[in-house]
Amino acid sequence: MDFLPTLWFILIAVLWIGYLFLEGFDLGVGMLMKTFAKDDKQRRVLLNTVGPVWDGNEVWLLTAGGATFAAFPYWYASLFSALYVPLVLVLVALIFRAVAFEYRGKAHTRLARNLWDWAICLGSFVAAFGIGAMLALSTTGLPLNANGDRVGGAFAWFNMYAVLGGIGVVAFCLIHALSFLTLKTDGEIRVRSRKLLARWLPVALLPLAAWAVAVVLLNSSWIAVAPLALAVAALVFAWISALKHREGFAFVGLGLFLVAGVATIFMAAYPNVLPSTIDAAYNLTVSNASSTPYTLKLMSIVAAFGIPMVLAYQAWSYWVFRKRITEAHIPEAHVVTSIV
Amino acid sequence: MDPLEIARWQFGITTVYHFLMVPLTIGLGLVVAVMQTAWHRTGKDEYLRMTKFWGKLFLINFIMGVATGIVQEFQFGMAWSEYSRFVGDVFGAPLAMEALLAFFVESTFLGLWIFGWGRLPKRIHLATIWCASLATILSAYFILVANSWMQHPVGTEIVNGRAVMTDAWAVFTNNTALVTFPHTIFGAFAVAGGFLLGISWYHLHKRRAAGIDAVDANGKVVVGTDAKLGKNRDKVDYQVWIKSLRIGAVVALISFIGVAFTGHAQAQLMFEQQPMKMAAAEAACHDGTGFSVLSIGNLSSPSATTCGDVVAVWELPGLLSFLANNDFTTEIKGVNTLVPEYQAKYGTHLPDNPIYGDRAGSEINYVPVMAVTYWGFRLMITLGGLSAAAAAVALWLTRKGTVPANKWISRLALFGMLAPFGANSAGWIFTEMGRQPFVVAPNPTFEGIDQVFMFTAAAVSPGVSAGEMLFSLITLTLVYAVLLVVEVVLLTRFIRGGVGAAMPELTEHPGDEHKKDDDVLSFAY
Ligand code: HDD
Ligand code: HEM
Ligand code: HEM
Repeated sequence: MDFLPTLWFILIAVLWIGYLFLEGFDLGVGMLMKTFAKDDKQRRVLLNTVGPVWDGNEVWLLTAGGATFAAFPYWYASLFSALYVPLVLVLVALIFRAVAFEYRGKAHTRLARNLWDWAICLGSFVAAFGIGAMLALSTTGLPLNANGDRVGGAFAWFNMYAVLGGIGVVAFCLIHALSFLTLKTDGEIRVRSRKLLARWLPVALLPLAAWAVAVVLLNSSWIAVAPLALAVAALVFAWISALKHREGFAFVGLGLFLVAGVATIFMAAYPNVLPSTIDAAYNLTVSNASSTPYTLKLMSIVAAFGIPMVLAYQAWSYWVFRKRITEAHIPEAHVVTSIV
Repeated sequence: MDPLEIARWQFGITTVYHFLMVPLTIGLGLVVAVMQTAWHRTGKDEYLRMTKFWGKLFLINFIMGVATGIVQEFQFGMAWSEYSRFVGDVFGAPLAMEALLAFFVESTFLGLWIFGWGRLPKRIHLATIWCASLATILSAYFILVANSWMQHPVGTEIVNGRAVMTDAWAVFTNNTALVTFPHTIFGAFAVAGGFLLGISWYHLHKRRAAGIDAVDANGKVVVGTDAKLGKNRDKVDYQVWIKSLRIGAVVALISFIGVAFTGHAQAQLMFEQQPMKMAAAEAACHDGTGFSVLSIGNLSSPSATTCGDVVAVWELPGLLSFLANNDFTTEIKGVNTLVPEYQAKYGTHLPDNPIYGDRAGSEINYVPVMAVTYWGFRLMITLGGLSAAAAAVALWLTRKGTVPANKWISRLALFGMLAPFGANSAGWIFTEMGRQPFVVAPNPTFEGIDQVFMFTAAAVSPGVSAGEMLFSLITLTLVYAVLLVVEVVLLTRFIRGGVGAAMPELTEHPGDEHKKDDDVLSFAY
């Protein structure tokens, strides 16, 4: 076993867990903007529950991407170029979503505000779906040739795993967001989120669990059954907590489910980082896709220093903004007029 | 259609666009932090208002920088997979560090700053903007280390056909990075300075045109008030504009001195490390010592055989030698001398390797497009110089407290505000296109050839079709065009709205500016 590449494989799994856990609820909240919130006030409540933190959450994605580039350049190059078209869509979605967060409140007309709301909602959906599909394909395989390049045309990646992963992440984000809202808001929104959470939790987690099972079966990796069992236990725990209106426990349960679920997927896929569906000889693995020990050592030192720092100040930021937000907290919209 | 050409256009368009937002973020961030510090120290109302007003514009711009930066991060893998495979071991490291050590700080602390007004203790709130703005400068360092390595690959060996890092210290203290970093940062402050200057000028001019402020017999300002705004507020707002204007002008002037010195240092390195870029910057076909002010001839696709018809019609003798080597006599090699040298070292034809696609085996043209390098270089310097001159004139004209009523001068102020953006884009286009045909330029100061270089033709993703590239080029360009319009409209609205636009409490509860209802968020999206 190559120690450093394996360590980095684990670290990248950790970065993805961090990303899905944190941006999971703000992607979900984004999707709920148009489907769950009833009026403009409620939309603004939703928006402000993630207002101070969504950008910090998104950097987990950039770091996962950057770390993959640094630690596994072949994985980064093959995966991103193979999924060219869907990633363009993900980028457009992330662009519009980011801009809409900041500009929505500055819109002058109802139409403009409505368009920004749709940008947030659809942007969140497309980003969640695309990233889910990408991760699913990375764990189940793409038609790659000996050089690691996709063959078979722009849409050769499309298969049922892509759909499963996409739905899995979208559904997880939605349920995670509802759970988040029970903790971050009060009043009508909280009550409704609680109800929906208890009703939909088990259904929403199934696709992600199915993806984990699929990766275990594809690789006959029986050792990964252990975290899978943990994921199922977490699901049950989260569900029971949700039924009993134990909001905090439900949120923790969802977090555990995510950790155990992603751990199952990565563990079962190991040592492949990106299998080839054409020939197993072309699989990208932790050893043939990684950077040199020198670079990995350098990056390990940086990560050992950087990741705890990030966790510390992000935790502090969540602490600062821990107060629940209700409709009464939302100030009147401010209209900018031209002055001399 | 050629995927390589499309990928290059896409990279150029998306990066130049990203770099419209970047310098303003870097420059304005620190300026806002200083303003807030001034408020913290003195308690003067005008500094609070300056912080809020410029802070609002900073945020509108920042978010576009974030949105377009995400594309940059993914683009290497998507469109340049061969490049990513070849350089990942070295190049990925600064990119990952940028995200882990800089972007996290930037985004988290900016969230704290935006929503922390009235919630965080003042001192801590002040610290958040300092953290965020220093992190933007840190992020610039990391990405410029990555970029400088492409200009001057150090600390690296070729192992099994890919570049492998052997000396991280060398990579992170690359002399190219150490001069590029201050040059780029000064360039960013030139943008911020011009921005402050232009917008404050606009407001002061409006006040004069509307008859609010006047000048007395000595030309000294008589600050008036606008009844609509209330006496107190209007007097303070006047302070906001005049102080911002003078800060902006000073920042722009200092920055120009900074870019001139660091640019000179860059030119010296370039002479050593990328002699062909130097020659192309000068459209110099023959060896010489003069800096060309105007050259004519066919600059668009020169090569060793066609370079002959470019002639310098006006040259400043000796200046080029000074720029490159601090004396007036060193002969700077021209294209006709350099091409055979390059051919001897790096070959006359691309290797017969499938990663070159249709270009495998074709002849290599080592001369960058001179029309771009020559004019890009001059545009950068000229636009920078003009805006510095404008800043100096502005300082003089406003010495008695306000701007002249002249409408035309105020239009010029707008030009002065845009010029530094143009200088930055020109600088990058020159640097990046001057490196062609290499994406990783060879480093000629090593003994012989160290083999760490890569032709751009080998860098593009082999698995991605021209159709896919075209799809993304069109999509991203359209999205960026739409967003540019949106950003400009929003910025304009908030600029016109003045301080009141950024501080609703001033317009909605003019009586009790600082009283806040505890239950209502002091800031909400
Ligand atoms: C000299 C400075 C500089 C240069 C050359 C670049 N950037 Fe940039 N970038 C910044 C300076 C910057 C910044 C000042 O840190 C930004 C601008 C606005 C912002 O939000 O941060 C930023 C934002 C930004 C973001 C979003 C960060 C966030 O979410 O907070 C990403 C992912 C990148 N950049 C990536 C890149 C890549 C891959 C580049 C190379 C092609 C690049 N940037 C060129
Ligand atoms: C933000 C400022 C930058 C601007 C405005 C800029 C501009 C450009 C332009 C115009 C090109 C196209 C050149 C051509 O096709 O002839 C280009 C190419 C490229 N640049 Fe930059 N660049 C910037 C920063 C960077 C940085 C920081 C990196 C690396 C970290 C980088 C890496 C590349 C790569 C990989 C290419 C593609 C290969 C090529 O066409 O040369 N650039 N850039
Ligand atoms: C006397 C004035 C200046 C000189 C002598 C100068 C010199 C240079 C040189 C030689 C380069 C190329 C470096 C390389 O490719 O190795 C460069 C690049 C650049 N310049 Fe300037 N410059 C000047 C003014 C400015 C101004 C006013 C700005 C912007 C406001 C600016 C912004 C840039 C940028 C953004 C780059 C590309 C990034 C880099 O390589 O640093 N420059 N400059």
